[in-house]
Amino acid sequence: MSSSDRDDGVNRRKVLECMTWVGTGVLWTVSGGVPHSLGLMGEAQAQEARGLTFLQISDSHVGFDKPANPNALGTLEEGIAKVIALPKKPSFMIHTGDISHLSLESQFDDADRIIGQSRLDVHYVPGEHDFLDPEQKFYRDRYGRGTKGAGWYSFDANGVHFIGLVNVLNLKAGGLGFLGDDQLAWLEDDLKARSASTPIVVFAHIPLWTIYPEWGWGTDDSAQALSYLKRFGSVTVLNGHIHQVMQKVEGNVTFHTARSTAFPQPAPGSAPSPGPMKVPDDQLRKMLGIADVTFKQNEQRLAIIDTPLQA
Amino acid sequence: MSASNTMSVSNTLRSVLVAAALGAAAAVMLAAVVLPGWAQNADPASGTADAVSIDNFTFGPQNLTVKAGTKVTWTNKDDIPHGIASANNAFTKSRALDTDDSYSFTFTAPGTYQYFCYLHPHMTGTIVVQPNNG
Repeated sequence: MSSSDRDDGVNRRKVLECMTWVGTGVLWTVSGGVPHSLGLMGEAQAQEARGLTFLQISDSHVGFDKPANPNALGTLEEGIAKVIALPKKPSFMIHTGDISHLSLESQFDDADRIIGQSRLDVHYVPGEHDFLDPEQKFYRDRYGRGTKGAGWYSFDANGVHFIGLVNVLNLKAGGLGFLGDDQLAWLEDDLKARSASTPIVVFAHIPLWTIYPEWGWGTDDSAQALSYLKRFGSVTVLNGHIHQVMQKVEGNVTFHTARSTAFPQPAPGSAPSPGPMKVPDDQLRKMLGIADVTFKQNEQRLAIIDTPLQA
Repeated sequence: MSASNTMSVSNTLRSVLVAAALGAAAAVMLAAVVLPGWAQNADPASGTADAVSIDNFTFGPQNLTVKAGTKVTWTNKDDIPHGIASANNAFTKSRALDTDDSYSFTFTAPGTYQYFCYLHPHMTGTIVVQPNNG
């Protein structure tokens, strides 16, 4: 991507397609109100000194040790090493959930120790694997300070309004991800005072668009949440959960999912179940990754670059 | 069908126990191995045994019919944890079941119990508990 890419979305889209199979994480840059993602490596990160750049990591599943990746903590550390090596330090990082595999304190401890090496502020939202302790309190005690309800919140950075949502609690039999009325009411209220020109970034664990309901890849009441976002000129929705990169643009809303740092999952419907996908050892790091996001002035869309642990 | 399945399991159990009584400690271990195999031998679509296997994000059998007083055991065979929860809080939910972990609940009251995986709620199943007379 070059500085000339602000004149259209086509080049960027092509770049994004190329990047689909590349990433460990997403580095996001926001300039002048619109987020873009950048590669963790390569030319992209060098040019974005003016905008807001942040990083997305997801689904670290610390404690996972099955054949699909016997060392999920090790691959998380490889992802964080890529973050540390960035020539331009991102403003902060978001983690879109499934920090731990089984919500054990030791797993959260290990995750914090490795992620802390980045020396970045990290804004978390929980995955369903982070609420498995009997009292469902470990996540909230560690990451939920200053949040509402089960852990939702918003904050502002460089003129961009960020909203972290929780869609992994109170799930219903036969249903998908779930936000619930309390959270939806809070969201509507949170957005009320914002002008339509404020760029919005929403992040949550389970996709807020329906990808594949047969595998639970969607959120039952996300349409209600998205209706509150309709009037905004730039909306970026960042999710995890499906352990692969997918993107969709619908009107002013860009949806994007990040890779896991732990193990890949199959493409929708390509396997009997969404369980961990065992790939040859030399392929694994090509399917794990992080993402950079860059927000550049006068562009509607954030640039997202997914970077694998290994190209 | 339920009766004959139960019968063959008890017959197996009895012969294994007889062997064990003859002094072979190994046979006791054999019983532990053999019994789950028998228990899962039910019709996969609508079973009458007392075991539910979780495989590929699916409960098998998805619909299970038992007599009141039966202890039903779920075992997770996936590489990802699952959790058992009643759709209407009619029975105690399990802790998170890691690979090969099991959860058991004894159903005493007749009725139809819908349940789901509380990590992956698109996974659903039913336990039908019949009165224990006849």
